[in-house]
Amino acid sequence: MVENRPFAQFMAYLTLALGVVIVAFPVYLAIMASTFDAATIINGNMPLVPGDQAAVNYPRALFYGGVHAREPVAGMMFNSMIMALGIAIGKILISILSAFAVVYFKFPFRKTAFWIIFITLMLPVEVRIYPTYKIVADLGLLDTYTGLVMPLIASATGTLLFRQFFMTIPDELLEASKIDGAGAFRFFKDTLLPLSMTTIAALFVIQFIYGWNQYLWPLLITTKSSMQTIVIGIKKMITTTDALTEWQIAMTTAVLAMLPPVLVVIFMQRLFVKGLVETEK
Amino acid sequence: MAGVTLDTVRKVYAGNVEAVKGVSLGIEDGSFCVLVGPSGCGKSTLLRMIAGLETISGGEVKIGDRIVNQVEPADRDIAMVFQNYALYPHMSVYDNMAYGLKNRGTPKDEIEKRVKEAARILAIESFLARKPRQLSGGQRQRVAMGRAIVRKPQVFLFDEPLSNLDAKLRVQMRVEIKRLQRALGVTSIYVTHDQVEAMTLSDKLVVMSGGQIEQVGTPSEVYRRPETRFVATFIGSPPMNILPGTVEAPGRVSIGGQSIAVTDMREGLTPGSAIEVGLRPEDVQAGGTGTSSLSMDVDFVEELGATQLFHGKVAGAEFIVQASTGQLPADTRRLALAVEPANVHLFDPQTTKRLGRV
Repeated sequence: MVENRPFAQFMAYLTLALGVVIVAFPVYLAIMASTFDAATIINGNMPLVPGDQAAVNYPRALFYGGVHAREPVAGMMFNSMIMALGIAIGKILISILSAFAVVYFKFPFRKTAFWIIFITLMLPVEVRIYPTYKIVADLGLLDTYTGLVMPLIASATGTLLFRQFFMTIPDELLEASKIDGAGAFRFFKDTLLPLSMTTIAALFVIQFIYGWNQYLWPLLITTKSSMQTIVIGIKKMITTTDALTEWQIAMTTAVLAMLPPVLVVIFMQRLFVKGLVETEK
Repeated sequence: MAGVTLDTVRKVYAGNVEAVKGVSLGIEDGSFCVLVGPSGCGKSTLLRMIAGLETISGGEVKIGDRIVNQVEPADRDIAMVFQNYALYPHMSVYDNMAYGLKNRGTPKDEIEKRVKEAARILAIESFLARKPRQLSGGQRQRVAMGRAIVRKPQVFLFDEPLSNLDAKLRVQMRVEIKRLQRALGVTSIYVTHDQVEAMTLSDKLVVMSGGQIEQVGTPSEVYRRPETRFVATFIGSPPMNILPGTVEAPGRVSIGGQSIAVTDMREGLTPGSAIEVGLRPEDVQAGGTGTSSLSMDVDFVEELGATQLFHGKVAGAEFIVQASTGQLPADTRRLALAVEPANVHLFDPQTTKRLGRV
């Protein structure tokens, strides 16, 4: 389509810019807030240009924490990182293997197995939270990384994604590798895995962010402050009972919490987009 | 090297669909055997059973002296070229060709020697570092063949390898496959639905239909003496004309009142009984006169460059005649056709089998 209407173009850009501003302004505000001291924020006249307290706020948040919570953000970030990585990697492992089984092996009740996996899509953590909590508690996994990660690994999204991808791989490729003397495992390792790289990247990005942003589950099963994740940490900093909220530290923590997902997206973006629109075989 | 022997091989799919109905066939060591037939005739299924990609429901497949029914594809000592090439998209051309050897634990220098050798034969040496997607269709096909060659198998299996290529390249690759097979002397089984490919490539032509073998023979045998009406109309382009006729006397049949002489006619046919008369478009002499002749009403003419095809009717049945261009004016409305008695094929209208001399 060839069009040359300057006004229409201007309007389009204006709409876009407006959208960006609406979405980005709170983020900008958080970043700004993390560069002032508490007094400046509390008196309600926080300037929209950066202040000079960043060098104070960031080290304090990272290694000391809030005045009341007294929990260094570095530790929380470590917990969140373990949880997010655990969920992302665990999910990829489980789902690529189960998709491999469902697509390439003929066994009795294969369809049933697939449908059982599929049905779990309709049961997110929030729905099955009580039984899951009960099981994790009975297994003595409260306040452990295993307890944080394991219940969230099992889900059907990844299996479905890999299954759809595997179905697009021509059967002849499997047959060619059979004739080339590659067994099931070698076909998986030498052919399927390299071809799935972009899908894996896409799933990793989605699941890393999913894991990083978990709130309800870690809130339920962690009681020790040393096991807290950063999302819980922010919440704790904001709700204080008998003192002023240290907004500058809360905002600093929020900015720090945004960082890893942003980095993951930036560095894996190219692969990620390719994985979602992959058509070339 | 080894031949391939099939003994009443059957394939029954779930739901009792019989794709291959008891095929027996001997393929001599070093020969080029082409399985040809319309889609769904079971030719690909048969090939895949030889390859070990389909289980065998009944009968025996032997490669050399070994029964391979229960042998894994990798251990059958075969190599296969697929229609869509089935190259590993993430591997370089070199790795594609080396993969099978690597899996077998062939030493590295031996692999390199064989891949280089195959690449030289196929003239793909300059692409060895490339990925399949950077190659054209013809080049991919060569790589697929290279992957088969490096294995030095007992048998090559080709599953419609040229179907994805354009017409010009197909002709070129056809010649190359033939030359390669001659040079390597490896028993080859080739599946195609293209009768020109089948005729030009094969030492042994197997025409299949409905899961069964219709006829086995050299290309010229199959062309000269088709055993059934199906083979007669399937092999040859344009297809053989089939006219309804009646038996007149030994050595003579009548088509709509026009009598022609036949050399190859079974004895003892009842005069007056119905019979089908087959005439190849290239075997009748348009505009000629002779002892046997037919008259044809021309509907239209197709120009093919060197030849012309006259479409029309003989005794009410569709008929095509091939003539050299310029031999007849294009606006010819009525043609006299001279028929050489040796070129007339007779078929039983019920069984569709040939009614030639026993």
